[in-house]
Amino acid sequence: MAKQGVVPDDLTRPFWEAANQDRLVIQCCTACNRLQHPPAAHCHGCGSDEVEWKEMSGRGTIYNYGVVHDCPIRLLQDDQPFNVAVIMLDEDPGIQMYSHLPGTPVDEVPVHAAVEVVFEETANGQKVPEWRVVAGDR
Amino acid sequence: MSTPTAPASMYRPDAGAGLWEHRGKVAAVGVGHSPTARRWDGRPETSVGAISLTALRRAIADAGVAPAEIDGLVLDATTTTGAYWPPGKPVPPEVLNAYNATDDPLDGVAKLSAEWILANMPELTNVKFTMYGPGCMSNAICVAAQAVGDGLANTCLVLKSWHNYEGRYYQGGANAGDALPGSAAIRALWGTPACFGTALQFAEYCRKYGKTHDMMAPFIENSRNNGLKFPEGYWAQHRPEQITAEDYKAARWIAKPANLFDNDLPIMVSAAYLYTTAERARDMDQKPVYILNHACSRGRPRSLTPTLDEVEEETARTARKIYEGAGITADDLSFENMYDGFAQFHQFHIEGLGYRGMKFGEALDFYQGDISISGPNPILPSGGNVGCGRSRFWMHTDCIQQLQQRAGARQVTGVKPEIAVSGGPMPLGGHFTVWSASPD
Ligand SMILES: [Zn+2]
Repeated sequence: MAKQGVVPDDLTRPFWEAANQDRLVIQCCTACNRLQHPPAAHCHGCGSDEVEWKEMSGRGTIYNYGVVHDCPIRLLQDDQPFNVAVIMLDEDPGIQMYSHLPGTPVDEVPVHAAVEVVFEETANGQKVPEWRVVAGDR
Repeated sequence: MSTPTAPASMYRPDAGAGLWEHRGKVAAVGVGHSPTARRWDGRPETSVGAISLTALRRAIADAGVAPAEIDGLVLDATTTTGAYWPPGKPVPPEVLNAYNATDDPLDGVAKLSAEWILANMPELTNVKFTMYGPGCMSNAICVAAQAVGDGLANTCLVLKSWHNYEGRYYQGGANAGDALPGSAAIRALWGTPACFGTALQFAEYCRKYGKTHDMMAPFIENSRNNGLKFPEGYWAQHRPEQITAEDYKAARWIAKPANLFDNDLPIMVSAAYLYTTAERARDMDQKPVYILNHACSRGRPRSLTPTLDEVEEETARTARKIYEGAGITADDLSFENMYDGFAQFHQFHIEGLGYRGMKFGEALDFYQGDISISGPNPILPSGGNVGCGRSRFWMHTDCIQQLQQRAGARQVTGVKPEIAVSGGPMPLGGHFTVWSASPD
């Protein structure tokens, strides 16, 4: 699907640079060792501004999903309807990422199934983490 | 005079804070609504500024006070969540020339400052207190109640206005662009409509409790029924159409499991209330409706979107704050008027409240019973956004009018209207008011 391009900003640059290297990194507080996503200037757990970026395994589980039939973003409207799933990371199920679940038919989303990260190019070439259902048991 | 946004000290976000210090000492008296419209037709007299003046003047007249007695004004400066003024498009000169402008040509057209209001209501000669309560009327009335209680104003207008333009809601701005800033992209790249987070929570709710989307149909029917009895509402004024269960079940999906009728219709409308002290209220033209408490939710999700667990934890916490500050329990509620835009989170609000003894997972079963205004268990007698259009304030107007016994065809008859609760918008992040027909 043709996602809008991304212009990294200061807060999120490490996330997007890692994606361009096919790596998934998530912000982590060095004071309380808590992951957080979306990124923020300080830790929402303890308030510390000592946050670093930690590489993830790229494995997760489908927590939930909806099927978008009426999308506000012009570039995606040709692809309607499409899945948007919420992925929970294996490292911490409290951390969520959205996914169009490439390869999964519309509204046939296996909730609780295992997924792994892939990286897709957006309209301006910036890569973005996406997720695919893992075939069989892992 | 420049107008500040309400500081954190105006709100009651904490549990354990005890009874509200101004419980029963502040009252809502006057109500004023503008006519509704689906979209702005471009005329000066129908601009968001113009309809705001109508609502304010009607609230003053309804309360029966002299404009010179008004000494406070609380409003939300933002008048949309998704109808964007096209960048670079000039405001028509006939619109600009019709009103006293501020230095922002979009003031009164795509936004609203306190200064614009005061510049165009010369009869308000004594306003000394102005403040913004951002987001919706739910927020602004908490600010007004606290301001009157604290003595910052004695006779205070509260205003919330909405504009809507040609074109589809939410589809301008960044959504029409080819690229997004990195911070926004982390959640926005996937093209989820506004109702998506709520639809997700509803999907999880149905899985967890074994419920179905179809079970929402009686709620939607009841809301439109009630809304069609709300003469100030959009559907009553322009499209008096009932929604049947069949219509609901056949409606197109927006973000499955949320369909068209689980969403609300953006409109133009403005409402104003007159708040004053309980003492001053006694001499006004309408029966005072006393504020027993205001409370707010400052909950935030751990990650992109609230989980059902996070929602239930927060609505229960909010309910404890609502009841504690008002000195009431769920048993004291004559009816509820919690927010419904989106319809699929109304049940989260009322389950958190434990309305009529309800527990988590029970609201949709409750909806299958008599939830009408003539029964003992009224649900959303205002009709809410589903019944009246997108304003986020019908439920407050309805609480005031019900407790004043002047809700007309919408008046609850199966219960005695004594104490009610309203508020929203979101289960995580909302503002709530407890209303009472008597001060104690
Ligand atoms: Zn921390």
